[in-house]
Amino acid sequence: MGAGYLALQIFNGLVSGAYFALLSLGLAIIFGMMRIVNFAHGAMYMLGAFGAYLAAKYLGLPFWWALVLAPVAVGLLGALFERTLIRRLMPLDPLYNLLLTFGLALVIEDFMKLFFGTQGTPYAMPAGLSGVIDLGITVYPIYRLAVIAISTLVCLAVWFAIEKTPLGAKIRAATENPQLTEAFGIDVSRLTTFVFAFGVGLAGLAGVLAAPTTNVTPVMGSDIIITTFAVVVIGGMGSIKGSIFTGFIVGIIAALGAVLYPPIANTLIFLLMAAVLIVRPTGLFGAPEGQR
Amino acid sequence: MLEVRELHAWYDESHALHGVGLDVGKGEVVTLVGRNGAGKSTTLKSIVGIIRKKRGSIRLHDEPIERQPSHRIARMGVAFVPEERGIYAGLSVMENLTLPPVVGASAWPLERIFALFPRLRERARSPGTTLSGGEQQMLAIARALRTGPSLLLLDEPTEGLAPSIVKAIRDLILEIKRDGITVLLVSQNVRFAAKVSDRHYLMVNGRIVESLANAQVIDREHELLEYLGV
Repeated sequence: MGAGYLALQIFNGLVSGAYFALLSLGLAIIFGMMRIVNFAHGAMYMLGAFGAYLAAKYLGLPFWWALVLAPVAVGLLGALFERTLIRRLMPLDPLYNLLLTFGLALVIEDFMKLFFGTQGTPYAMPAGLSGVIDLGITVYPIYRLAVIAISTLVCLAVWFAIEKTPLGAKIRAATENPQLTEAFGIDVSRLTTFVFAFGVGLAGLAGVLAAPTTNVTPVMGSDIIITTFAVVVIGGMGSIKGSIFTGFIVGIIAALGAVLYPPIANTLIFLLMAAVLIVRPTGLFGAPEGQR
Repeated sequence: MLEVRELHAWYDESHALHGVGLDVGKGEVVTLVGRNGAGKSTTLKSIVGIIRKKRGSIRLHDEPIERQPSHRIARMGVAFVPEERGIYAGLSVMENLTLPPVVGASAWPLERIFALFPRLRERARSPGTTLSGGEQQMLAIARALRTGPSLLLLDEPTEGLAPSIVKAIRDLILEIKRDGITVLLVSQNVRFAAKVSDRHYLMVNGRIVESLANAQVIDREHELLEYLGV
């Protein structure tokens, strides 16, 4: 295997890592604040991709507009779900919301299948980002490099916002002690809606980014979400840093593994997850419950 | 300014307050004394809205607040210093200090806080829970004062602290009082309470059984200490 081929696989790994990182980051901030595992996250990713597709088809909106508007639309839908459904189950065992979001994912997916079947439709490569670039060691599609760059920038911006800004301090405070934070004059219920909407908005963003590189289909969410949950477990539930870092690392490992020993490609990530769970049950970056 | 009438409150299913009634006038420092489990902390948590399952009336500046969500009550000028201090491990000292929004004109500027507690400036970037117990208590009180409250609820501010820090907190409460901030204090430390308070309420089993002037508390200090078992 030549160095150019290896570099190509690493870049491919970074591209899938870019999607994993955005998805698991969204899951992590939602889990951190609300203690719920959002099973509808894959469906939100799929809706982001369809948002871009529909906006281009019916409104003639180019990719860059979709990149901003589709995540916002997905976020608003998330806010609606949080306000009308998820919130009502919050006082109960987290399993209820796990079932609710799982059900929502099925409903959303089947609803989209009614209109679009399972075949899927292609989404045009954005103008200006088509073609390849010679990186010296290998040639690589420009658009895929843009995916890596956008995802990295967004992940770093979200990390900065949570760790270094006053809004982030409010989110961290509400994560640690919601009742007391409320008693300090912060509207935790509104903040929770915002965090949920923002988290699923990140999934929507990943969906828009994925649209030009894959077929836009109603099942694309359920295809990617299982691996994303493995990423979240490996990184540590609710860890911001962990979800970003693990997202990219798992992308690379999966890509390399698939080339080095193809039969293991689909199981590699889950073997990795099992290994991490044996050595560090709280994940690579997770703190045990109660020490957050 | 604070008027509590026939207040009942529940922790899950356990009935913790059985018709509490109390008044705190503007600028007063009033202490709730009583044994562990008498309902003192529950009374504070009911006023600030942390305990939602309750019945009866709580009025602040003549407005009913018993149905308001907690964050609105805070924005009406009620600042809470909980017994466990409520310092966030995930926030730096500075972030802890500036977390609650400023709600009143009497808000302490950061310079005044740092002049009084230079340690908080030195440790501004460290995680809040790396401070010592006494420093965390100072941070919790400073955080409340920065919001400019009209009513300060202080739950056991001297518990487990060294005498020099207790004295510093006493001086601080007297300074707050001179600023005209109303204080409702919970303390088992009768000697401390008698040095800062105007009046006292004695709580037993979720009820207020006696209202005492400060002079009475000083006279009956030994009897009260024996009753409280401290």
